[in-house]
Amino acid sequence: MSDAPQREQRVLSGTHFMLGDHACAEGALAGGVDYFGGYPITPSTEIAERLARRLPAVGGKYVQMEDELGSIMSILGASAAGARSLTATSGPGFSLMMESIGLAAMMELPCVIVDVQRASPSTGLPTMVGQSDILQARWGSHGDYGMAAFSPASPQECFDLTVHALNVADQYRIPVFLMMDEVVAHMTERVVIPPADEVPLVHRKRPDHKPGAQRHLPYAVGEDGVPAMAHAGEGYKVHMTGLTHDERGYPALTPATHNALVNRLVDKVRHNAQHIMRYDEFELDDAETVVIAFGCTSRSARQAVRQARQRGAKCGLLRLVSVWPFPEQRIRELLQRGTVRRFVVPEVNLGQLRREVERLTQLPVQRINHAGGAMPTPADILEVLL
Amino acid sequence: MTATSAVIARDHPNDPLLRSDRFPHILCPGCGIGTVIHCYVEAMAASGVPLDNHVCVSGIGCSGRAAGYVNVDSYHTAHGRAIPFALGIAIHKPELRVTVISGDGDLTAIGGNHFIHAARRNMNLTVVCINNFNYGMTGGQAGPTSPRGSITSTAPKGVHDRPFNLPDLARAAGASFVARWTILHVRQLRDAILRGLQKPGFSFIEALSPCPTNFGRANDLGDGMAEMEVYRQRCRIVQELPGFDELDIDFVDEERPIAVGNFVDIDRHPYQPVGADAFDNVPNGTQRVHHPVGEE
Repeated sequence: MSDAPQREQRVLSGTHFMLGDHACAEGALAGGVDYFGGYPITPSTEIAERLARRLPAVGGKYVQMEDELGSIMSILGASAAGARSLTATSGPGFSLMMESIGLAAMMELPCVIVDVQRASPSTGLPTMVGQSDILQARWGSHGDYGMAAFSPASPQECFDLTVHALNVADQYRIPVFLMMDEVVAHMTERVVIPPADEVPLVHRKRPDHKPGAQRHLPYAVGEDGVPAMAHAGEGYKVHMTGLTHDERGYPALTPATHNALVNRLVDKVRHNAQHIMRYDEFELDDAETVVIAFGCTSRSARQAVRQARQRGAKCGLLRLVSVWPFPEQRIRELLQRGTVRRFVVPEVNLGQLRREVERLTQLPVQRINHAGGAMPTPADILEVLL
Repeated sequence: MTATSAVIARDHPNDPLLRSDRFPHILCPGCGIGTVIHCYVEAMAASGVPLDNHVCVSGIGCSGRAAGYVNVDSYHTAHGRAIPFALGIAIHKPELRVTVISGDGDLTAIGGNHFIHAARRNMNLTVVCINNFNYGMTGGQAGPTSPRGSITSTAPKGVHDRPFNLPDLARAAGASFVARWTILHVRQLRDAILRGLQKPGFSFIEALSPCPTNFGRANDLGDGMAEMEVYRQRCRIVQELPGFDELDIDFVDEERPIAVGNFVDIDRHPYQPVGADAFDNVPNGTQRVHHPVGEE
């Protein structure tokens, strides 16, 4: 965090009645964001508006960029200079950012991209809900790379997961996505912000030698596969490129270097998936029907499971807090119990996450879909559960 | 010892400014990019700003490789996106002197929007555009600065579109310092970059450069030396920004001069991010902050 003068409290400790988008902005502040570069787009605009007001007042920097191509690149530049940085957008802007997300992965520049999903494709329904960017978050930029994505189901989680996303981005030097949706973004609920010294903060690993003392290798790694990061202006004379590169950061355009580099970029997430992943479980112990849901849809799913239980149906909910990494291991464990008979996957898209579940099981995977603008209601899900 | 070997120096005085462990470089014989890099590192050394406070950012293309050869913190980013990346660095660490070195296609075709908006904001950046009139790295395709009628691999009958006039574009968008030189004008080019490094706000330096392998060969300009001879014969140094048409470059019309010079050097308020003091005694954050308008 910068030591620039602060005229306001950075962490608004206390209990609030707060909009999801505003809770995300407060999470960014509590999580130590120094720089926000963004371009207004519904339904994420309230994040930019809140930060335009609050970030300068706590010593941070806010720039409204000319487009989302610029937004993402400006947060990568700030990250290279040592900033905790974040941008917020929605589907059309998220699409524009895709190329540079690959650059973030390749240069290993920590950053957080908030995507408040709306009904898509194209301009779609700008003010209405969607969950159809969830595969784009995983696969949107060309090539293989490691990343993580979290999907809050409440304003409280908008706060908590923004902090977590910033920590994960720094710890593993990866792009991290906060995959919100319009319903959660525009929902107002109780948000409890802890005292400043209780906000968990994890920072990127830094070089263990002084600049000039020895040659700095920007991409030398130990067992965890995550290189220590030197920032612009510190004297380490780093070089970073989106080209395939060696430990010095210099272009090394060979298949062998490429294979090793891309595998490391993927493995640093794969090998740490259990630390990055988050999910919670509701009534799963003896469940014959397992509902898998995330974001706003998980709220309908929870209510439907409760009602179905009251009517004797043995069902439960696996709520994905991190959509990526996907909790494959947990689903395999559920399958090994032998009690599960089927899965139900409600989502505001035409079955994107269902494919991920189908990949793991021969059991029936029933889908409940809406293309966007409306979300599955508890009644829609209950009908399938009974 | 022969007379020749006596003058070969073991080290070049600019070696510490370059990543000499990356040599030999990838650039073709007769290319002007090395000369621009030379001018940049000499300007850097003369700037009075400690080397650790210089940062070089490039996009993609032959000119985009410049960042890879200078021995300061350097970033070889995505095509067209060097300026917003540089902006992020300059905003977070205003004590750094951030220079963007990239090509005409990178900065003004795919990256054109960032270019004009950085100039509009008068962002504290020095942007050096190496203009070789084509996409060199990919084999000589037409770009936004290819003169009308010039032959390229994607304009086999001659370029049809009107080219960008980069100094005029930079001036119109709000740059504080605008210059155009060629790689023949080594001292003037170095001094223009130095002026850019020392001047607050957005500085733009266009450096005309031969690309003998692609543009030069396709347009019968000869090798790099021959194109330098064209520059020597036809460049006219002017002090003020010439009219729009007078800035145009035409390699066919041998009578037509090429205007070079330091065209614009004005004092405008450089970009300042909104500071914490903007919100003093403004509980609801709606009171207007006075921003002075125009030249100082």
